[in-house]
Amino acid sequence: MSTLTEVEAPPPLAPVPTAKRPRKRGRWTPYLLLAPGLVWLLVFFAMPMVYQASTSVQTGSLEDGYQVTWHFATYWDALSEYYPQFLRSVLYAGSATILCLLLGYPLAYLIAFRAGRWRNLILILVIAPFFTSFLIRTLAWKTILSDGGPVVGALNTLHVLDVTSWLGLTAGDRVLATPLAVVCGLTYNFLPFMILPLYTSLERIDGRLHEAAGDLYAKPFTTFRKVTFPLSMPGVVSGTLLTFIPAGGDYVNAELLGSTNTQMIGNVIQSQFLRILDYPTAAALSFILMAAILLMVTVYIRKSGTEDLV
Amino acid sequence: METRQSHRLGTGVNWLKHRLVVIAGLLTLGYLLLPNVVVTVFSFNQPKGRFNYDWQEFSTAAWTDPCGVADLCGSLSLSLQLAAWATLGATALGTMIAFALVRYRFRARGAVNSLIFLPMAMPEVVMAASLLTLFLNMGAQLGFWTILIAHIMFCLSFVVVAVKARVMSMDPRLEEAARDLYAGPVQTFVRVTLPIAAPGIAAGALLAFALSFDDFIITNFNAGSTVTFPMFVWGSAQRGTPVQINVIGTAMFLVAVLFVMAGMLIGNRKKKHKA
Repeated sequence: MSTLTEVEAPPPLAPVPTAKRPRKRGRWTPYLLLAPGLVWLLVFFAMPMVYQASTSVQTGSLEDGYQVTWHFATYWDALSEYYPQFLRSVLYAGSATILCLLLGYPLAYLIAFRAGRWRNLILILVIAPFFTSFLIRTLAWKTILSDGGPVVGALNTLHVLDVTSWLGLTAGDRVLATPLAVVCGLTYNFLPFMILPLYTSLERIDGRLHEAAGDLYAKPFTTFRKVTFPLSMPGVVSGTLLTFIPAGGDYVNAELLGSTNTQMIGNVIQSQFLRILDYPTAAALSFILMAAILLMVTVYIRKSGTEDLV
Repeated sequence: METRQSHRLGTGVNWLKHRLVVIAGLLTLGYLLLPNVVVTVFSFNQPKGRFNYDWQEFSTAAWTDPCGVADLCGSLSLSLQLAAWATLGATALGTMIAFALVRYRFRARGAVNSLIFLPMAMPEVVMAASLLTLFLNMGAQLGFWTILIAHIMFCLSFVVVAVKARVMSMDPRLEEAARDLYAGPVQTFVRVTLPIAAPGIAAGALLAFALSFDDFIITNFNAGSTVTFPMFVWGSAQRGTPVQINVIGTAMFLVAVLFVMAGMLIGNRKKKHKA
């Protein structure tokens, strides 16, 4: 993959010399530059993880205080009680990621190759919603998918809802408070995180490669399958990661657009921490989520063979 | 007649085939912008109940009185302040790290890189929960400062990535030239290095501002009883959504579009000047 890119990439216009001159002064400069930011990350990112690890093996109560008792059974209890929510998180986040890829690829392709002078405007329209609060936009989906609304009406007339109900994605004539609504919200919320990396990697592709493929009698689809898509793999990998990871931990969509039957693991962690105040269980759950996601990401990166590209 | 019709049908199918990517892309764009359209349209609604979900009647009442709801504009200004300070903090710390990573070889570079990467590869809820555990253990008072600390923490990595990309593509010969012309290290940095790195720093700062202003999950865990704008919106989803929320959502979208367009126009003009 990477060798292909190296061989076929056009020569850079102004070669930048990479040989670094040895610096005489400032042996301590890098450390001084790093220190403030690293201290911040160590104290407020790494240390909290340690605290959380210790919390997850504590027992006790809010009134009497907690002690570290190495009570690992919390993990087992949490997992056996909340595995449906874990499964749902993987399922919903996975579906949203696939939908994002299917929906996002044409738009990224359009911006990179077909938009011409509209390119900047479309890019702005993709980025601008970032600046409107995502909660306001997610609430707007409540209006769009409302029971008597035009979308649900149209889906009903086309008998789509009969099929989705049979598949268990919707319930009766409703879309709100069903898995379909949650996946729709997740897809919508993380779509820009898919489009932007895809666009960046598509934009880097040399147009001459497409011409060459055409000259060799490749049909447009063959060109896409053999040239464009493989070269956009870095964007596909980082886009799917940027979509799947936050979607797996999200609880906003499941809360606003779903019901108690569509709760994801984020919802459980949130309510354990902020409402039920069962800190050991909450800490164990969030550690399981973290481990599961890191594991899946590592396997995925290995499988897609793009370790050096992420 | 028949052949001509089938021929026309054929060109129709060909036309569709040729435009398939464009049509699919534009449909996605529509999906992406639909909520913004709904938010804008419903900012002119006069709802009958507490919730602004059904269209009732056209009204500009909310636009003429955007702060008419208790605590709304207070939470908005709090979020703007938080975002400004978080941007400042994260941009300063992140730019320094980016320069150190690109310009110097030192021990533990790999470890530093992973420490920068990890916050971006972690679900927000995990970071939020662990940070709350730390604050509870330290007995910290949850509020403005704990939110700010959290925001600087999660914006930092994004700034590092944005600035790093720019600094990496910088030609070191420009700085060497400045030194050859007897510019001191400070002068070289202020007159040469900083202006070249500025677009990367600006991109990082803009990203940090947007991330901090819009953050809900990490703020929700670490805010205590402090209410930022996203938390106000979240609360209103249960209590009843005032139309003013749509007004502010619409205004934010318009400001963002104008802002980015202005930035691009300035960028284009500069490019033309150079050419």
